Amino acid sequence: MGIRERLSGNEAIAYAMKQINPDVMGAFPITPSTEIPQYFSAYVDNGEVDTEFIAVESEHSAMSTCIGAEAAGCRAISATSSCGLCYMTEMLYVAASDRLPITLAVSCRALSGPININNDHSDAMGVRDTGWLMLFAETNQEAYDNYLQAMRIGEAVGLPIMICQDGFITSHAIENIELVEDEKVKAFVGEYRPKHYLLNKDEPMAVGAYATPVYYMESKRQQAQAMMDAKEVIRKVGAEFGAMTGRTYGLIEEYRMEDAEEAIVIIGSSAGTAKEAVNQLRQGGKKVGLIKVRSFRPFPAEELCAALKHVKAFAVMDKDDSFNAHCGPMYAEVCAALYAAGISGPKGINYIYGLGGRDVRVESIQHVFAELEQIASTGDVGETYRYLDVRE
Amino acid sequence: MNYNLKENLMREERLSGGHRMCAGCGSPIAIRTVLRQLEPGDKAVVTGATSCMEVSTFMYPYTAWKDSFIHNAFENAAATCSGVETAYKALKKRGKIDETWKFITFGGDGGTYDIGFQSLSGAMERGHDMVYVCYDNEAYMNTGIQRSSSTPHFADTTTTPAGTVIPGKLQKKKDLTKIMVAHGVPYVAQTTFIGNFKDISEKAHRAIYTPGPAFLNVMAPCPRGWRYPSEKLMEITKMAVETCIWPLYEVVEGKYILSYEPKDKRPVEEYLKLQGRFAHMFKPGNEWMIEQVQQEVDRNWEALLKLCEL
Amino acid sequence: MSHLAKDMTPDVKWQDITPGCNIFEGGTSQTVETGDWRTMKPVLDADKCRQCLLCVPVCPDMSIPMTEDGKRGEFNYFFCKGCGICASACPFGAITMVRDEK
Repeated sequence: MGIRERLSGNEAIAYAMKQINPDVMGAFPITPSTEIPQYFSAYVDNGEVDTEFIAVESEHSAMSTCIGAEAAGCRAISATSSCGLCYMTEMLYVAASDRLPITLAVSCRALSGPININNDHSDAMGVRDTGWLMLFAETNQEAYDNYLQAMRIGEAVGLPIMICQDGFITSHAIENIELVEDEKVKAFVGEYRPKHYLLNKDEPMAVGAYATPVYYMESKRQQAQAMMDAKEVIRKVGAEFGAMTGRTYGLIEEYRMEDAEEAIVIIGSSAGTAKEAVNQLRQGGKKVGLIKVRSFRPFPAEELCAALKHVKAFAVMDKDDSFNAHCGPMYAEVCAALYAAGISGPKGINYIYGLGGRDVRVESIQHVFAELEQIASTGDVGETYRYLDVRE
Repeated sequence: MNYNLKENLMREERLSGGHRMCAGCGSPIAIRTVLRQLEPGDKAVVTGATSCMEVSTFMYPYTAWKDSFIHNAFENAAATCSGVETAYKALKKRGKIDETWKFITFGGDGGTYDIGFQSLSGAMERGHDMVYVCYDNEAYMNTGIQRSSSTPHFADTTTTPAGTVIPGKLQKKKDLTKIMVAHGVPYVAQTTFIGNFKDISEKAHRAIYTPGPAFLNVMAPCPRGWRYPSEKLMEITKMAVETCIWPLYEVVEGKYILSYEPKDKRPVEEYLKLQGRFAHMFKPGNEWMIEQVQQEVDRNWEALLKLCEL
Repeated sequence: MSHLAKDMTPDVKWQDITPGCNIFEGGTSQTVETGDWRTMKPVLDADKCRQCLLCVPVCPDMSIPMTEDGKRGEFNYFFCKGCGICASACPFGAITMVRDEK
């Protein structure tokens, strides 16, 4: 039985970091993730961890120090949000292509402009193609649990991993949480033993080559394989974590989907609100369900197809916009998955919602389901690219 | 220990041949000389900013670096090196490493004076035990000779061409060495290739073995960008020093020390006339440009002499 | 699976290429010939050479090796690109640049 506590999402992440006691943290403050390096610095300065903390002058340098430290043979971590994640973007690609399993906690926040400090997923979705593994949390508990699993997953496939939660909504809200005992965490996460590293006295290593067209594509194909291989690793680590804590994780979570005729696909904290909407509608006899995407990278295409193939209508909820005059990023990938699998029955629409902290209420989600019911009964999809809860 | 050229050259070369820098390039001369000052038993991790040097020394699968090497990006070599150095501290503290490692970063003037300046400033301020070496060839050579903040006044580059209205670069060279001194780091020096390489070798050794951050600014001519015949490299560096355009000095714990004072300070023309990038300054009617450069050099030299008297 | 640089040939498959294009050895460029860039070639007149060694550190290509007894060795023409800095640096006129006939 774990330890019962009450922690904010940021505190929970910092506490997981403390339990893991990684080698190096390089971080720069930005709302709403600032508390993570703050809490962690207190652990460092009070001797509760012996991690080396580098208080860098920017997020770009935060990720640069992580790349240097991880390549040198250390477990390196950071935390950021919003524009900070954007500013790191160039280095995120390098971390992934160098195959360095760095762990980055992201408290997701809208991007400027206009400047806004509240939650949406524009920051994380903006870096979805950098080659990082990306897990999203609905609750503080999940943020904590995902963080404890992160290094096992990243290090197994040699890819960096982002542990995302919703800024303020979970990062600052205090919730009941069950913590895992320190010894169990240490045993679960284990020691980092890289095969090759810069500070190996017996083997010099060169990192960051200039690769001509003769080699570049083979390197990228191998990187793509690591992302594919990560699916099985995420399931395995999630199951092992479940055996330890009773909380088992996969790539997606299906909620009341058994006989669902209408479904929504959603990421992050709004899944909690949406579950409440599902419960209320179910009480009224509606056959509705929900799919929560935990792993956005790798993208759970097969799992989503299996979950959606029997529904009549679905809505993909994107908490950001691609500004392509067409749809948000998750809708595009869900539709591509269905089409590639030859599934053309379900009618799908896309909602852009919750931008810049726009409140997502139970009624908002019920409105989406009402639209889906209409589509299911008429077969008429109408406009697929829709904004939810915007004044017009 | 007194410097001895023969003893120094008998040490192992830590940069390997087979790199693809241009014939006569100054940067590999700077690199091999600096690395030769590592004590033979000491290990090193070298960091390289994206530059001519980087793409030429690690074109997959061929690395010219005999030590561990990491290239990350153009603007973050100092931050990357600071991460490696911190990893060393962490592993040493945890008893996972016994041997002594040193951390040396190389960047061109683009990666140092300009795009990498913030990262450099941050790493120096944080006090990492590392040496940052700028091989200064006074323009962005990797992309084809565009001006940098290190490019000298009036130089003809591809983004400051000597035109009919604007005669080359209108701004003066940024004095990065003094900016690094202002960081309050324990060791800063300015050097280049002279004679038996005593100056650069001793400064590199001090930089590597002074605890804490150190900065070396090494003038490293580029025959292509400066437009001179490649064999004239040592003549150019000598004239840069003899005209006081590139004075040799070091700053130890904030104290300025002049390394060399020319007995007969040469007029700037003797340096400028060797290079095609200054050729337009010698056209009739442009005498004012040379005069202005002379005034600037004289002023900087006098200021440096005063600092060294303090 | 070999991760040696020599096996990372242009035929290497994606399954076999070193992860991240990282290399786990030092100095693998030693197999790369750059001497074929050369148009002019330095030639040493041993009679004029006083072994002052000033030509050794100025070489950008490590093409003037030191012998075990502390003397400058023969030019390494495998690497020498023919820049001519050594010839200019020699105080005794012992190195001349000649057209490299191939």
